Amino acid sequence: MNQKILATFQVNGEEREVAFAPHETLLEVLRERMNLVGTKHGCELGECGACAVLVDGQPVLSCLLLGLEVGDSVVETIEGVARGGELHPLQEAFADLGGSQCGYCTPGMVMTAKALLDETPTPSRAEIEEALSGNLCRCTGYLQIFESVERAAEALACEGGSA
Amino acid sequence: MSEINEGQLYRPQERELNVIGKPRRRVDARAKVTGKTEFADDLSLPNMLHCRLLRSPWPHARILSIDTSEAEALPGVALVMTGELMPVSYGILPVSQDEHPLALEIVRHVGDPVAAVVAQTEEQAQAACEAIKVDYEVLTTVKDAEHALKVLEPKIHDYAQEGNIHKKVALQFGDVDGAIEGAAHVFEDVFFYEGNTHLPIEQHASLADLDKDGNLVLQSSTQTPHYVHRALSKALQLEPHKVRVIATPNGGGFGGKSDPFNHELVVCKAALMLGRPVKICLSREEVFYCHRGRHPVLMRFRTGVDEEGQVVGMDLETLLDGGAFGSYGVASTFYTGALQTVTYQIPRYRFRGARAFTNKPACGPKRGHGTVQPRFGQEIQLDKIAVALGKSPVDLRQNMLVEPNSLTANYLTVGTIGLGECIEKVVEGSRFRERWGNLPEGQGLGLACSSYLCGAGLPIYWNKMPHSGVQLRLDRMGAVTAFCGATEIGQGSDDVLAGIVAEILGIGPDDIHVRTGQTDITPIDLGSYSSRVTLMMGNAAIEAAERARAMISVAVAEKLDLPEDRLVFAGRRVFDREDPEQGLSFREAVVAAEAKHGTLGATGSYRPPRSPARFKGGGVGPSPAYSYSAAVVEVEVCPDTGWLHVPKIWIGHDIGRSLNPTLVRGQVEGSVYMGLGEAIMEESAFRRLPPKRSHASVHKFPSLLEYKSPTSLDMPEIVTYLIEEPDPKGPFGAKEVGQGPLLPIMPAVANAIYDAVGVRIDETPITPDKVLRALDAKRKGKEGRVGPKGFPAIGWPEPFQVPPPWEGGDGRATNVPERKKSATEVFRK
Repeated sequence: MNQKILATFQVNGEEREVAFAPHETLLEVLRERMNLVGTKHGCELGECGACAVLVDGQPVLSCLLLGLEVGDSVVETIEGVARGGELHPLQEAFADLGGSQCGYCTPGMVMTAKALLDETPTPSRAEIEEALSGNLCRCTGYLQIFESVERAAEALACEGGSA
Repeated sequence: MSEINEGQLYRPQERELNVIGKPRRRVDARAKVTGKTEFADDLSLPNMLHCRLLRSPWPHARILSIDTSEAEALPGVALVMTGELMPVSYGILPVSQDEHPLALEIVRHVGDPVAAVVAQTEEQAQAACEAIKVDYEVLTTVKDAEHALKVLEPKIHDYAQEGNIHKKVALQFGDVDGAIEGAAHVFEDVFFYEGNTHLPIEQHASLADLDKDGNLVLQSSTQTPHYVHRALSKALQLEPHKVRVIATPNGGGFGGKSDPFNHELVVCKAALMLGRPVKICLSREEVFYCHRGRHPVLMRFRTGVDEEGQVVGMDLETLLDGGAFGSYGVASTFYTGALQTVTYQIPRYRFRGARAFTNKPACGPKRGHGTVQPRFGQEIQLDKIAVALGKSPVDLRQNMLVEPNSLTANYLTVGTIGLGECIEKVVEGSRFRERWGNLPEGQGLGLACSSYLCGAGLPIYWNKMPHSGVQLRLDRMGAVTAFCGATEIGQGSDDVLAGIVAEILGIGPDDIHVRTGQTDITPIDLGSYSSRVTLMMGNAAIEAAERARAMISVAVAEKLDLPEDRLVFAGRRVFDREDPEQGLSFREAVVAAEAKHGTLGATGSYRPPRSPARFKGGGVGPSPAYSYSAAVVEVEVCPDTGWLHVPKIWIGHDIGRSLNPTLVRGQVEGSVYMGLGEAIMEESAFRRLPPKRSHASVHKFPSLLEYKSPTSLDMPEIVTYLIEEPDPKGPFGAKEVGQGPLLPIMPAVANAIYDAVGVRIDETPITPDKVLRALDAKRKGKEGRVGPKGFPAIGWPEPFQVPPPWEGGDGRATNVPERKKSATEVFRK
């Protein structure tokens, strides 16, 4: 059971070779084997959304997925969102509009919102509320988060590119 | 008046403000949105070990024996610890030093730690915990506060005042019985406020190590590093200056990380014994059992009013379910009776409160600490009074607001009060006057108001030192570093510090390096609790920055041959007001100052004004200033199912001055959100397992899924009105915003439900099943109400008799021998 396996991950555009036990979750592999601690955890039971990352562009709860299941998929975490030293429009908007207070749910929120904007570039308020309904935030009351996502959508539309 | 800052408070009207009051990105935002903020569990050190705790499955038991031999032999195990390693007790209040890092002889609630294992991995530590054998003798369990009144033995703590009653307090301000007997109408109502918990998304984590010089270093998700520092020094018998406590940014606190915790002491002891870094991160279930959340409170209000509904006397009794330890409980108990008087004039007032020990996780401070529960009762009772007397709930309140710059019956000093404006704004915005009482069946509006402290007037332990200190370091590179012991818990305290210093030095908040919450390098600040940081740290920051500015001014004035009072600090320059071209860059100005004065530094400190209360118990409630809030909540109630929907909330908050409106709005909306959760879904309810299974009181919902909290789909529209009347006690006039706006939400929801369907829910949470029960009762011709039936008879002590100011009182009790500093007695050993 504790015999480690060696696997290659595509994380944030890089190939990463990593050894881990087969029972380890993607969350554990990211945080403890790759030291990508930007992804957070609040329950490790799939209840809070803090550990959300993108696997092949889809938001997933990394605490509910085994590292083994990821295989050749492309994984994106908060560490890969900024464009070099420049923040991504979602990060700019969360920073400017109070979308992040304590910042603990923020990586999961940003990743989930990124998946939404990749799929739906101009979401309605209801679509944003629905998309983020699996990400708990105890600080903001969510409204500034919704506004941050809307602002980012506008900024991305101006860029003419995708999220 | 302030003893230290008197006469030195910054007068915002002196000049135009460049930073303060402008919405802006907080200084720590970049780290947060990039995932670079290092929370405690994100830290790891070379050679680090992991710790897990073995917790009691019993609510109340005597430990007969612990066999750790099998655990010690397991692979990877470095250390197995039990209680006798750390025999010295600790606790947040000097009057209740009733906790041990690991239980010594008695376990007092399910989840009380009994042993700890330190191992190479968390899995190994967990496996070893499960291999520890503990023999228990099970003792009688006390399940709640009313039960505690009956179960005198066994005592959960020997030091309890009486049986399992931890503390009883009684205070009387004037002839309350006479006032109520002579009143035109008397209203008697009983309410119950269920316990609930903070639920920060970050689980508590701590990492202890010895630094290269052998000093103990604890990095921990704590709101109160200074108090943790004191507790570590005491419980582990260490020289305090050999201990460093670093508060990592908290992933939410809300009061839940304000106590020194057993897991913090355990990893410190382990690091001292092993000489290696030791980390622990609690599971979500363990966070529920750490708790320190909202006390369940049963309360009775007997209120006498005149023909117009104006209060002539109020008699309040509260009974708090404290859980297994003291925590902040003595203060919580006093807080249930402290702030009734700062919103509406109450000429005569009596408060009697009791806190019980029960075999459940300890309750403590949660956002609004102890004042939330009685505010729920008070504001619903006012609504009932308005309805019974045919008055408008708006006018009833507006006609009895406390006067600005006045003293209340219980000797609280009210300065500015923007409550009237808060009420007007939310009433106007919601069209309350037209719509209340006139909406179709199933729709309703409810109004409620509240007030909160801008920092506790007294520290946890009695001392004459500052409550907050700020130190500035400036050097020839133009760098400014601001140091303060305050703790960033998400509320934005780092931004407050940077914003204030930047404003005074004429630079940008981003030009300042902020170093906070590290006991070895930052001046002491008492911590992020009681909404004290903006006011206290802010005033200390003003003092430090003005001193630094004065040093720079002298040097620049000399260099430019100008009088100092013509210098302006703005736009990263220091220049001549009359000839703005004439000036130096900020960096050149600092160079001139360093050349003139030598190495540059400045400090500032703040201590709140002394309270006029001179009676025992008068130490809880005083604050340099009070914030005020008013809310109107709109509800829709389905009469067939009791289902509740809250489409919109209007909230007015008297902030004094908004330092960074983006953050202020976030605090208001976050408070409304949390209040709505408490109103309609959140509860730390416990249930007893069957006797044949252990009879333990276990948490009904120790998970984020089952402990219901509002999601993005539950949020109503929120309209926020900020009332800005600068308070002379606040930095640039600012008052608190982190806690106050939570308080009116729960009673406003209850009042709105009455407006919608005519039933009273006199307890929280207000869930559909309760609404339906009340509706069914009403349909059957019974009282349309769900709530507690009565209040138990409690053998109250004779209250301290303190005549109110308008009856010739001087703040002292007349029926006790005069004692020096009696106002602070509650905080002393």
